Amino acid sequence: MTEMLLEIRDLCKHYPLGGPGLLRRRAVPVVRAVDRVSFDIAEGETLSLVGESGCGKTTLGKTIMRAHPATSGEMRYRRADGSIVDLGRLDGAALKAAHREIRMIFQDPNGSLNPRLSVRDIVGEPLRVRRIAQGAALEKRVAELLEKVGLRPEYLHRYPHAFSGGERQRIGIARALALDPRLVVADEAVSALDVSIQAQTLNLLSDLKSEFGLTFLFIAHDLSVVRHISDRVAVMYVGRMVELAKTEALFTRPRHPYTEALMSSVPIPDPRLRRARKRIRLAGEVASPINSPSGCAFHPRCPYATEICVRDVPQLRPTGGGLAACHHAETLELAGVSHIAEGAE
Amino acid sequence: MRQIPMREPDTLLEVRDLATHFFTDEGVVRAVDGASFDIPRGKTLCIVGESGSGKSVMARAVMGLTRAPGRVVGGSVLWCPDQDGQATDLATLHGNSRAYRAIRGPEIGMIFQEPMAALSPVHTIGTQLAESVRSRHAVSKRETRERGIEALARVGIPEPAARYDQYGFELSGGMRQRAMIAMALAAEPKLLIADEPTTALDVTTQAGILDLILDLQSETGMTVMFITHDLGVVAEIADSVAVMYLGRVVEHADVDTAFHAPAHPYTEALLRALPSIHAKTGERLAAIPGMVPHPFARPAGCAFHPRCHRFRPGLCETREPENVPVAPGHGARCLLLKPARKAAAE
Ligand SMILES: Nc1ncnc2c1ncn2[C@@H]1O[C@H](COP(=O)(O)OP(=O)(O)O)[C@@H](O)[C@H]1O
Ligand SMILES: Nc1ncnc2c1ncn2[C@@H]1O[C@H](COP(=O)(O)OP(=O)(O)O)[C@@H](O)[C@H]1O
Ligand code: SF4
Ligand SMILES: [Mg+2]
Ligand SMILES: [Mg+2]
Repeated sequence: MTEMLLEIRDLCKHYPLGGPGLLRRRAVPVVRAVDRVSFDIAEGETLSLVGESGCGKTTLGKTIMRAHPATSGEMRYRRADGSIVDLGRLDGAALKAAHREIRMIFQDPNGSLNPRLSVRDIVGEPLRVRRIAQGAALEKRVAELLEKVGLRPEYLHRYPHAFSGGERQRIGIARALALDPRLVVADEAVSALDVSIQAQTLNLLSDLKSEFGLTFLFIAHDLSVVRHISDRVAVMYVGRMVELAKTEALFTRPRHPYTEALMSSVPIPDPRLRRARKRIRLAGEVASPINSPSGCAFHPRCPYATEICVRDVPQLRPTGGGLAACHHAETLELAGVSHIAEGAE
Repeated sequence: MRQIPMREPDTLLEVRDLATHFFTDEGVVRAVDGASFDIPRGKTLCIVGESGSGKSVMARAVMGLTRAPGRVVGGSVLWCPDQDGQATDLATLHGNSRAYRAIRGPEIGMIFQEPMAALSPVHTIGTQLAESVRSRHAVSKRETRERGIEALARVGIPEPAARYDQYGFELSGGMRQRAMIAMALAAEPKLLIADEPTTALDVTTQAGILDLILDLQSETGMTVMFITHDLGVVAEIADSVAVMYLGRVVEHADVDTAFHAPAHPYTEALLRALPSIHAKTGERLAAIPGMVPHPFARPAGCAFHPRCHRFRPGLCETREPENVPVAPGHGARCLLLKPARKAAAE
């Protein structure tokens, strides 16, 4: 059994609406962007986080990065020296030390790189700020990092605008690797990339993972990419985790109706499957995290909803080897994607 | 009412050797450089290609909306609205001419990736819908409104009468996209050009929009030119496919052939680079080496040769490939290919 690297317990991130200036005593509406989410990440594994936009994936990643304080809950992290810390309670030097081990890769390679800094300064910044290297040593380290991600070391003095989208994403990856992280939070790191560059980047991430024993929290919405890269997958809906399972199990036999609907919506690059597939077209729109529906937040769109779904909030509980938050998880026979491929042959 | 014949084998739009170049301070960008394809009436052609391959520039050229410093510098856009009627070469018309404006909108509708760019911030959805309705029918104010509301209902917008008086920014992303489709369709165009209309949407919303386009197509017989970089979407909706690389159509085939018997190495490589939703995890992907070259640094010979797994030295970098008709309705620009008749004779 591999050891846990990160244990998230009952994590909440609620944004107050209207900003902190409007301090009214009663019932300030809040955006429940992340609501009582619990999960573990084992050392060396890749856990993917999927769900429609607005379901709270980025907020969760940023909360782990302490880009903002959590509203409540715990984030227990096991440091390289074996000590356990709660990321939410650390500050100052202790937080900085922990975050040296946890780095984030952002979705938008354009927005997250300062256009006025050279590649040397962008990738080397974490090293410089922490006084780990400077001058020639820093340059040497940055050149090594660039080579690791498949960029020429000669590019050291170029600026972001001189690179393609795929190359800029690699610069972001090199920067995340500068401090030899143990946990990498990759937020839609390959989503904006074209097919050919996306494949290169996914191969790079898996090489880096095996070379450095990295652990990934991989946020994505492309289920094919997720299937390819993950050991386990967590599905979120309106701030809540609705299913968590091993990749193979989730794709073969999902336990939550939302997971099934997501899978049946993914366009599959094989025209023969057009008619072979069972489709679930979700009615209506994603619920609002400000005023989410009673009971199971998915019930207004769920084809299997019954009375209890409207009334009671389903808890995430063990079902078929994974976890699912659906009242009917044990009895529903939901379709994954594997049967589709067989059907076409 | 017009009658749009369904399932006619003949061609509605034929694009031949189309070229749009951008004359910038740094030099000439040959964004579209000899693109050819055609679309049969009532069918869906998907144009695929990685970003920068010239898909949007090509679509704008067809619509007469090329923006400076770009200019259509060659080729033809044959528009054949009636089966027995004459074709008009749209490339010879000025984009702002009366003739073009009578076609763009009423005859050729369009929807884009970012609906906010197309939806006016100062006009209600209704005002814009009304304009679209009136471009086709001279009807009373009341009837215009009725038809507009009907158009919103048809694209699956709940409470269409209330939405009619709202602004684009008041709707969600998926609803905006539907509103834009309603506007394009209210004019009852013969051809709908859709440039990545679902790229910014979630898969669940995308699935609804794709269904909608297909339903409307089977109802009205509308022809669709759908631009996307997502091969999954292509497999879902296309009848035929045109694959673009650096401003050219490198392969043109029916959808089954494109996916299961592609002739061009680039098409082959694109398909192999995709992670599969069915595959076991952990295997390496067959990435295409290198990247799409900068348009100023277009490789000599076959522009794909530096990345091509079938590259033959001494051939591929020396000559520009012509379109080779490998089978009826299937062409590809690769120097290794032989024309169907010749291949059969050998
Ligand atoms: N700074 C913020 N203030 C208020 N609401 C926010 C803020 N950031 C995100 N949200 C809301 O929180 C929810 C989750 O957003 P996000 O984490 O970005 O979702 P995802 O990454 O899954 O698309 C959304 O409803 C979003 O509008
Ligand atoms: N206004 C412009 N000036 C110079 N080059 C342009 C302009 N607009 C587009 N291009 C170039 O044309 C090429 C094709 O662009 P585009 O059609 O938008 O690609 P796609 O839609 O396939 O992603 C790109 O190389 C792009 O840089
Ligand atoms: S709890 Fe009910 S509404 Fe929610 S997913 Fe399960 S069946 Fe559907
Ligand atoms: Mg996000
Ligand atoms: Mg485009």
